[in-house]
Amino acid sequence: MADQRQLCTFFLEDRFFGIEVERVQEVIRYQTVTPVPLAPAVVRGLINLRGQIVTAIDLRRLLQVEDRTDERLPINIVMHARQGIFSLLVDRIGDVLEVDEDSFEHPPDTLDGIARELIRGAYKLQGRLLLVLNVAKLFSPEILHRGYRMADA
Amino acid sequence: MDDILKEFLTESLEGLDQLDTKFVLLEQNPEDRETLASIFRTVHTIKGTCGFLGFGHLEKLTHAGENLLSLLRDGKLQFSREIASALLNMLDAVRTMLGEVERTGGDGEEAYPDLIETLHRLKTGGAAAHSPPASPIVPSPEILSTPMSETATGEAGDFLLAPAAGAYPDAADPLSVEAGTNANPLAQPTADNLIFFGLPEPTAAVPEPIIPAVAASSPPTPAPLAEAMAPAPERPNSAPVAPGSGAPTIAESSIRVDVPLLDKLMNLVGELVLARNQILEYSTLQENAPLQAASQRLNLITSELQEGIMRTRMQPINNIWAKFPRVVRDLSVSCGKQVRVEMEGKETELDKSLIEAMKDPLTHLIRNAIDHGVELPAIRQADGKPEEGLLSMRAYHEGGQVHIEIGDDGAGINPGKLRNKALEKGLITAERATTMTDQDIRRLIFLPGFSTAEKITNISGRGVGMDVVKTNIEKIGGVIDLESELGHGTTFKIRIPLTLAIVPALIITSGKERFAIPQVNLLELIRVNEEQRSSAIEYVHSNPVYRLRGKLLPIVHLNRELRLAPARATGVINIVVLQAGQHQFGLVVDQINDTQEIVVKPLDKVLQDIPVFAGATIMGDGRVALILDVLGIAQQAHILSESHDQGVSAQLREARSRTSERQTLLLVRSPGNSRLAIPLAPVSRLEEIPIDQVESAGEVDVVQYRGQILPLIHLRDILSERRSFNRLVDAGAASVDANLLQAIVFGDGVRQVGLIVDEILDIIQDVFEVKGRATRNGVSGTLVIQGRVTELFDVEGFLRRVAPLLALVEEV
Repeated sequence: MADQRQLCTFFLEDRFFGIEVERVQEVIRYQTVTPVPLAPAVVRGLINLRGQIVTAIDLRRLLQVEDRTDERLPINIVMHARQGIFSLLVDRIGDVLEVDEDSFEHPPDTLDGIARELIRGAYKLQGRLLLVLNVAKLFSPEILHRGYRMADA
Repeated sequence: MDDILKEFLTESLEGLDQLDTKFVLLEQNPEDRETLASIFRTVHTIKGTCGFLGFGHLEKLTHAGENLLSLLRDGKLQFSREIASALLNMLDAVRTMLGEVERTGGDGEEAYPDLIETLHRLKTGGAAAHSPPASPIVPSPEILSTPMSETATGEAGDFLLAPAAGAYPDAADPLSVEAGTNANPLAQPTADNLIFFGLPEPTAAVPEPIIPAVAASSPPTPAPLAEAMAPAPERPNSAPVAPGSGAPTIAESSIRVDVPLLDKLMNLVGELVLARNQILEYSTLQENAPLQAASQRLNLITSELQEGIMRTRMQPINNIWAKFPRVVRDLSVSCGKQVRVEMEGKETELDKSLIEAMKDPLTHLIRNAIDHGVELPAIRQADGKPEEGLLSMRAYHEGGQVHIEIGDDGAGINPGKLRNKALEKGLITAERATTMTDQDIRRLIFLPGFSTAEKITNISGRGVGMDVVKTNIEKIGGVIDLESELGHGTTFKIRIPLTLAIVPALIITSGKERFAIPQVNLLELIRVNEEQRSSAIEYVHSNPVYRLRGKLLPIVHLNRELRLAPARATGVINIVVLQAGQHQFGLVVDQINDTQEIVVKPLDKVLQDIPVFAGATIMGDGRVALILDVLGIAQQAHILSESHDQGVSAQLREARSRTSERQTLLLVRSPGNSRLAIPLAPVSRLEEIPIDQVESAGEVDVVQYRGQILPLIHLRDILSERRSFNRLVDAGAASVDANLLQAIVFGDGVRQVGLIVDEILDIIQDVFEVKGRATRNGVSGTLVIQGRVTELFDVEGFLRRVAPLLALVEEV
């Protein structure tokens, strides 16, 4: 089916996100990260993924959502991007959903800032919106550094 | 049989690679009997095996070469350049044929009669007599066929090639003595060679079944046997455990393993480490001594296994260097030059993937050095240099990186000529040319523009494909720079990261995190007792120093540099004394742990900008630790003075930032016949649109374009700030000159807009400086391009202005 696509879904609090399932290598529970001093704040640190060192990016910080206050640990979604393999830290993992291309819509003009660049659009599901992230941009050094400056300010 | 064939191919190719080097060695020292003998052995091995495998053409050719070699080895023929060339040609032909064997299973149609003829001719040129009589000691085929089939089918089948190949070259000596002055008979029998030559060394390695045949066919006299054994005393022990290792020396203590298998092992070890970590975690929660002991053992073994597997991927750089003397030799002969190669640090180890990746760039640099660097002997003599040029290759580990230097003592790069050429090609502006230093100018050879024209080489002496070299090196995270002195030569310096390379490092703790410091930078460790704590560190102005044997050592606090939690204010002070370039400094850390061999892994791009880290590594417990870049820390802490030391890296960084300022602009003719420059970056395509395809949608002209509706905006409307956009459909074709519209398509693939211009003039790339203010709408400034005042198009303003239009079209 050409107009159907599969999205791996996850949550930041009650915000519902998705990324193309082909991008996702695996989902693993929280790993101890080694923080990188002087790195952009969105970089939570490095994890060891079976001998490979993977940079863990905090989606909350990237989208400028407050850090979590409770003790629950985030989940790693390990994914491929053009720049390499990254881990995206999210609150909670959802199902793999099949969505209709028909229900896709570009983000509204009111969406601005870094979120506008990272959110490719929304799928109008029953009762909720599924925001699709632009993986190509998510891990570009330019975006990560920008996230840093904003977090600093 | 397939396995035998495969074995034969790997072995032969390996042998050929070594031959390249040996021939060059031989040419330098024609009297070197040992080298000659080993060349002879290798060729002989190949010949024998192909006879056995039934590759007639290949056998004939190697046979001819072998005959020639045997005369050389016996001193009946003088080694000459002509002979060397013929033999090298033979090697190439053999390689081609082996390639054919690999592809088709047969040795192909080409028999190389000319080459064989040449080899024969050269042979008769020097030696006494050349007659091919059947030797009295050649055994009859019946005798030989028996042991052969037995070996092939029996348990010893695996070793079939090994003992035979290993043994018979040595046999050649005693036999040639027996055969009198003519070495030819030895090479005459075809399929028989393999076993036949294996005979004189029966006690060494030949499997049991052959021994009776040995006795029957040719009982060697004790004296020659001893002689034959002498050059290879280790063989009897090693041959049986190294099946198929026909190559002498080193190859015998190693086996070949497929790289995919190594990769798989590596992944498995990674998994094992994770499982080990979990068990360790679990066992510490249990009050179970045996379990804890066992898990500790598991811990140690896993770590060692991990390290061992990682080491298997490391290879000495000589694996690629070994081919270069031949390349140099061929090239210098064809250029009519004389070049000597000097190598240093052949044993420097690199990860296999890096070795592969470095092969082409290095070959290119070497070709360049000989082709354009080293001068012709006559010119060298005139310049008072030795006729023979020198190509030096160095490799070493330093600062957690592999350094490779390729240098020649040739003419060097003439910056003046280079500057002119760059100006001529429009790569730099005249203004910039005057401000660039000679070194900047030399680096221009890395620009893509310099690689396209062949004739460049005649003028500058360098530059074909240098940009490709640079790109390839940068692809693996490396850096290339050059040093050149006019008349004294050019040296290319390459630094590549030790991806996966293993370096000894000191592990320290600061701010509760572990860090690794490469031991190459480490000078000593100082522990300041608690009692001396308050007095040990003094201040020069506000800069902390420590008195180290009477000299003041600048002190850097790691916690402060990395903005970590501050250290305890009590207890001992640990100072790690480090060497950064020419300078020393003391790094204060919270705790010094131990030294370990660590595997360096690169950081992600976003983290590579942080100068204080050189990479990361995985510790024994599976956690990641960062590797400190001592130079980076010194720079961050301003230990290094600006003037030196930062040297090449800083210059390169600067050069890189300069290139990033380069802009690509699209030059178009704007209404009123003036020139307008449009930044190319936001442009997705340039299109020609037939005017009859233009349709109307609401208020705008549109065209169906790649499954979307593309709004078309006229440049003149933007520049004149009309409130409504001009309509092509209304105005009719009269308003444009041609039937095709030139459209510049902006956008990201989702939302696009086409800008119609009268004519696209050119695309130029340079560093531009806006000189004047904007004079009208749609323009953000004016600048001078190609000597003419040009307006700079305001892309952002344009896109902002047409945004409502895009939304409109989307709704339509």
